[in-house]
Amino acid sequence: MNFDLSEEHKMIRETVREFAEREIKPVAQELDEKAEFSYPLTKRMGELGLFGMYLPEKYGGQGSDILSYIIAVEEIARIDGSQAATLAAHNSLGIGPLYYFGTDEQRMKYLPQLCSGEALWSFGLTEPGAGSDSRGSKTTVELINKEWVINGSKIFITNGASDISVGSTVQAVSTMPDGSKTFTTIIVESNTPGFKRVSMHNKMMWRASDTAELFFDDCRVPEENLLGTVGQGSKIMLATLDAGRLSIAAMGLGAAQGAYELALSYAKERKQFGQPISKFQINAFKLADMAMKIELARNLLYKACWLKDEGRAYGLEAAMSKLYCSEIAKEVADEAVQIHGGYGLMKDYAVERFYRDQRLLQIGEGTSEIQRLVISRHIGC
Amino acid sequence: MKILVLIGNVPDTTTKVKFNADKTAFDANGVQWIINPWDELALTRALELKETADSCIESIVVANVGRVETESTLRKALAVGADEAIRVDADPKDAFYVASQLAQVAIGFDLIFAGIEASDYNGAAVGGMLAELLAIQSVSAVSGIQLENGSLKINREIDGGSQTLAMNLPLLAIVQKGIAKEPRIPAMRGIMMARSKKLTVATPIEVEPLTSILSFELPAPKASCKLVAEDQAKELIRLLHEEAKVL
Repeated sequence: MNFDLSEEHKMIRETVREFAEREIKPVAQELDEKAEFSYPLTKRMGELGLFGMYLPEKYGGQGSDILSYIIAVEEIARIDGSQAATLAAHNSLGIGPLYYFGTDEQRMKYLPQLCSGEALWSFGLTEPGAGSDSRGSKTTVELINKEWVINGSKIFITNGASDISVGSTVQAVSTMPDGSKTFTTIIVESNTPGFKRVSMHNKMMWRASDTAELFFDDCRVPEENLLGTVGQGSKIMLATLDAGRLSIAAMGLGAAQGAYELALSYAKERKQFGQPISKFQINAFKLADMAMKIELARNLLYKACWLKDEGRAYGLEAAMSKLYCSEIAKEVADEAVQIHGGYGLMKDYAVERFYRDQRLLQIGEGTSEIQRLVISRHIGC
Repeated sequence: MKILVLIGNVPDTTTKVKFNADKTAFDANGVQWIINPWDELALTRALELKETADSCIESIVVANVGRVETESTLRKALAVGADEAIRVDADPKDAFYVASQLAQVAIGFDLIFAGIEASDYNGAAVGGMLAELLAIQSVSAVSGIQLENGSLKINREIDGGSQTLAMNLPLLAIVQKGIAKEPRIPAMRGIMMARSKKLTVATPIEVEPLTSILSFELPAPKASCKLVAEDQAKELIRLLHEEAKVL
């Protein structure tokens, strides 16, 4: 057994950390405050090669393994949840399905632009009435005169409405020749008539990321915009979510690491009763627990990545990682605010942003409840 | 035209400095290593020169003197954009030793960049020594370098102003802050490519270092701050006289 990261993984961590510290950290608080999506930072992430990292070079990727990508998400999330959301969603939900299920023609048409960071792509799954119960989707798709006609709506779609969001992979209900219902996934470009995208505002978290509602009103796309095959929608969704769980886990791990570091440095500086508050056992033990949880979370997540990189089944470990990393992000951020006392409630201190941003992680891409369901099924309950 | 950039492997600038028990060596346990910041800026400028439209630069080589664990620092230089690397496999004992080792591999370059000093021992001697050993001209405290139509223009910060020089090649430029704005962050593609770039390990030559270290001392810890109540002016004056001894 060997727990050492390779030289390359270490260099990726250092590099992304340097980028996040140097270019994201100085503007993160302001972007959050103004709820402003950052086009320059998205472009920079593209220039650095953080989009489509695990794709082959011919599609504009870097040919890296999954662990490299996960380390990159973790390091961005250590500084800012919003930018990590843009990165993770575009990679796992935007690029992922097109790469894993697209024809070579579809891949060549979309992926190079999406890997460059000049354009974003989203995954249209959740609907107002279909969250955890994704099979309750109402959005329909029908093949009429060699065109797919989509009707319905999607909600909470990351990267769906920015000026550079060029399309969405949409899951919809289709009817098979025998009359049975199934799920089919369609590629919809943003400029398609009948496709309307509306930004969602007033979020508590990830305020500098782009979240959209998508509306389809007799939206027609060519027959070749089918992703995978008719009826493959569920498989595409499950595979996409399995992979997506690793990146949400990485966001939890990064958020926990960031909040922990803020708490540790504050506790060492803040003096009460004549000594730094880190010297009080109650705080020292809190920080020790944080460090332990982060270490556990990292080991679990990296193992899941290793399984995927080895081409082995990783669904169980992905669900466990997503659940554990997101839950410890909550615990660590909560205690980090507690250690900051009153200052932890002020926007002058970044820890309040971590406290808000982590809250999505137990909800998005499969709630904690759904992760427990997935795990319980894996273990044979 | 070929450029050589000397790369120092130094502890991260936030490292808490410790020494071994007899205070004769730096304790490298748990230290994060980085490219010496001046060398990193030099490399950045070399890359900028190579990327200009009318560039006549064929390759940028980086070199250091160090053991195998310093290779990750060289790989970072390759990831940023250097074309190949040379590592002289020896412990860098002192400036003369390092310059002598580098003189064996720094042959055939038109332009050599050396950082003005290294951020660990601050010796500020390798660049000048290497130029002497190679018997080429050098210029120190370079804060700007331009290459136009094959001719070299150098800016130097001098007391109260700056100086612009025209120089011939080959040249060793000892560079300081200002040579480039900010070091570059390598792109993922660069990191992936770095592993397949050539890194040559050179055998060191026999050289006696000119210095040996007797001991290191850490600076005395800062005294704690004493607060004097606002109505205690006399006490403040007494402390300034008797304790601080500044009056």
